[in-house]
Amino acid sequence: MEFYRSHVLVCGGTGCTSSGANKIVKVFEEELLKHGLNKEVQVVKTGCFGLCALGPIIIVYPEGSFYSLVQLEDVPEIVEEHLLKGRIVKRLLYAETIAEDNTIRSLNEVDFYKKQLRIVLRNCGVIDPENIDEYIALDGYKALGKVLTEMTREEVIDEIKRSGLRGRGGGGFPTGLKWQFTYNSQGDQKYVACNADEGDPGAFMDRSVLEGDPHALIEAMAIGGYAVGANKGFVYVRAEYPIAVKRLEIAIDQAREYGLLGENIFETGFDFDIEIRLGAGAFVCGEETALITSIEGNRGEPRPRPPFPAVKGLFGKPTVLNNVETYASIPQIILNGADWFASIGTEKSKGTKVFAVGGKINNTGLVEVPMGTTLREVIYEIGGGIPDGKKFKAAQTGGPSGGCIPNELIDTPIDFDSLTAIGSMMGSGGLIVMDEDNCMVDIAKFFLEFTVEESCGKCPPCRIGTKRMLEILDRITEGKGEAKDIQKLESLAETIKSAALCGLGQTAPNPVLSTLRYFRHEYEAHVNEKRCPAGTCKSLLQIVIDEVGCRGCTLCTKHCPVNAISGERKQMHIIDQEKCIKCGVCIDKCPFKAIVKR
Amino acid sequence: MSQCCASELNQEAKDKIYEIIAAHKDKPGLLIPILHEVQEFYGYLPFEVQKLIAEELNIPLADIYGVVTFYSRFSLTPVGKYKVGVCMGTACYVKGSDKVLEEFKKQLGLEVGETSEDGMFSLEATRCIGACGLAPVITVNEDVYGKLFAEDVKDIVEKYK
Ligand SMILES: Cc1cc2nc3c(=O)[nH]c(=O)nc-3n(C[C@H](O)[C@H](O)[C@H](O)COP(=O)(O)O)c2cc1C
Ligand code: SF4
Ligand code: FES
Repeated sequence: MEFYRSHVLVCGGTGCTSSGANKIVKVFEEELLKHGLNKEVQVVKTGCFGLCALGPIIIVYPEGSFYSLVQLEDVPEIVEEHLLKGRIVKRLLYAETIAEDNTIRSLNEVDFYKKQLRIVLRNCGVIDPENIDEYIALDGYKALGKVLTEMTREEVIDEIKRSGLRGRGGGGFPTGLKWQFTYNSQGDQKYVACNADEGDPGAFMDRSVLEGDPHALIEAMAIGGYAVGANKGFVYVRAEYPIAVKRLEIAIDQAREYGLLGENIFETGFDFDIEIRLGAGAFVCGEETALITSIEGNRGEPRPRPPFPAVKGLFGKPTVLNNVETYASIPQIILNGADWFASIGTEKSKGTKVFAVGGKINNTGLVEVPMGTTLREVIYEIGGGIPDGKKFKAAQTGGPSGGCIPNELIDTPIDFDSLTAIGSMMGSGGLIVMDEDNCMVDIAKFFLEFTVEESCGKCPPCRIGTKRMLEILDRITEGKGEAKDIQKLESLAETIKSAALCGLGQTAPNPVLSTLRYFRHEYEAHVNEKRCPAGTCKSLLQIVIDEVGCRGCTLCTKHCPVNAISGERKQMHIIDQEKCIKCGVCIDKCPFKAIVKR
Repeated sequence: MSQCCASELNQEAKDKIYEIIAAHKDKPGLLIPILHEVQEFYGYLPFEVQKLIAEELNIPLADIYGVVTFYSRFSLTPVGKYKVGVCMGTACYVKGSDKVLEEFKKQLGLEVGETSEDGMFSLEATRCIGACGLAPVITVNEDVYGKLFAEDVKDIVEKYK
């Protein structure tokens, strides 16, 4: 390998790629060449650093300078000042890395990273995911070697069981136990499958692992194959993730080339290979039986369990199915031991969890914290709080299957059982923050629209029941709600929960139930007073001009797209409520803040 | 992506489809990968194409139709040269992607799921594309645009006209 004195790490995750990271890499390379530095400085495209909102992000080593929001025009300056003359370009540094005394802090001291513990994401943003050597240099494939040469299959399963690892795909089922069941099943052929369908709209941690550290998944699946007695693996990944698919393909090819996939791995007689299958845009295919039917080439409809996949899975054979993040923890457990992993987290939830923090929060991005970290720590200490001085209202976890956590419960430790106890769930790790401007009835409706659209239609409680619930919510948000509607919602919800065939239907009412539990007053305001307290539901909203504030500047009339505002210059203006489409443009344009929602 | 328009498949298209099928045949569960590749090549999956696949794989046409209509990525009708997808995932929604979608509807004169008559644009509401950190996010084919306001929509549309 060649020796470079400096490394420029450019985030090549989906977030930063969208912000133009590819062009930045190119310009870096051109500039380095121009200054004759191309043999001294290496540019590496890595996976996600986590702070997506500040992309494109670049880190220059050995100094560890963290440049954020880098524009193409900034690249020549970084090359000339930093890489040629050794002067850090302070103006581009992430502000948090500059301490009060003007010295530069290391990333680990920055609020966003300080409280994080990166096990699953440990290589994301650190290595070049398209280069297997970098993974190997950081102990990659060492766990597979250890398992194949030093451990029996039973010992591997036992290690995973003792670690306390539970499935990160949403269900939280103990992984070791699942492996044990598949191990126990008789069969000439078994399979290992990975669920990379990541259906929760608002979650992207699996994607980041695939993009930033694909070999960790490959290694873990091979370990799983050895443990349960399978020599074939499938990764089911959503077609919406082209970069992830490409990196995974490259990684699989490289692993084959190095003899880490294929026949006789580590000369131990163990054979294992992996195939990628693309989803085709159906949320229900994240459910395990539906995923299996989909890989088999059919409509992805769930089927009743038992039989569980561990007994009868892919092509009727015993199959172990785990989530990406679950797999990504496994090599570390093997290398550092079950006791180490079990020492992290809470009594019943071990290890770390990655959250995709989004919505109304300053530091949107990926965050990995020990189980048991409180929501407050995630939102305020790591996430940097709510933008624009607004008030925190609730956080939603578990996506369309989950629920919301209101301000009163912000000190709840995040683990599987605490979240279930308060009517939400861990889910796959989407964590969406909402502020005072978000209407909770509208959010419940948003999730129900999602489930209605994604219901596979196989069983009536889900197909028809969720539709009825949505109709009621539509009525309520349009100001046509009736006194009995809230009760009706509750009784429908209970029926659907108990009668639906698969997890999609069984959990579909959760967003409604949990918003009813904590924000019942908002429902009541919509129904009884025909008022939307957050000012979101358009039908319940009037936009009016305040007579005291209005100076008659006429600015609003110029911006209203439907000419709903009238009034003479220097006279009070009026909005024609018949014409107004409630777009809110005038509110933003009024220099005197005289236009308000009511 | 070739945009074949006649309802009759020409020989060239047929050959390419045969080729795709042959590359996958005889492995279990390969209908969906085949459909992905054929759609990638042909742009959409009209009846003639489904019929051809049914004959080649010896699967009832009804089964193929069942699969094609189950998955939202498979399309029975042609899609525009530029496929605009507005993310309606949770992170984007709470940050106002509905307003961005409304603006695209207005600028393109299309409803969700429609394609413009000249075949240039189609409009879709998509699920999370994993760039939530940049919400609200839209895609035009492979290009991703983030941190959008309704005001930005016009410029984006202009770029592709
Ligand atoms: C409607 C529905 C959607 C699901 N979507 C996903 C998903 O996108 N990714 C995932 O890993 N698990 C998903 N699951 C959970 C899987 O069924 C399964 O429990 C999980 O993949 C098992 O892996 P784990 O034990 O490692 O979590 C979903 C479940 C349901 C009911
Ligand atoms: S609960 Fe819904 S998604 Fe699940 S099988 Fe029934 S209809 Fe299909
Ligand atoms: S919710 Fe829009 S990109 Fe994730």
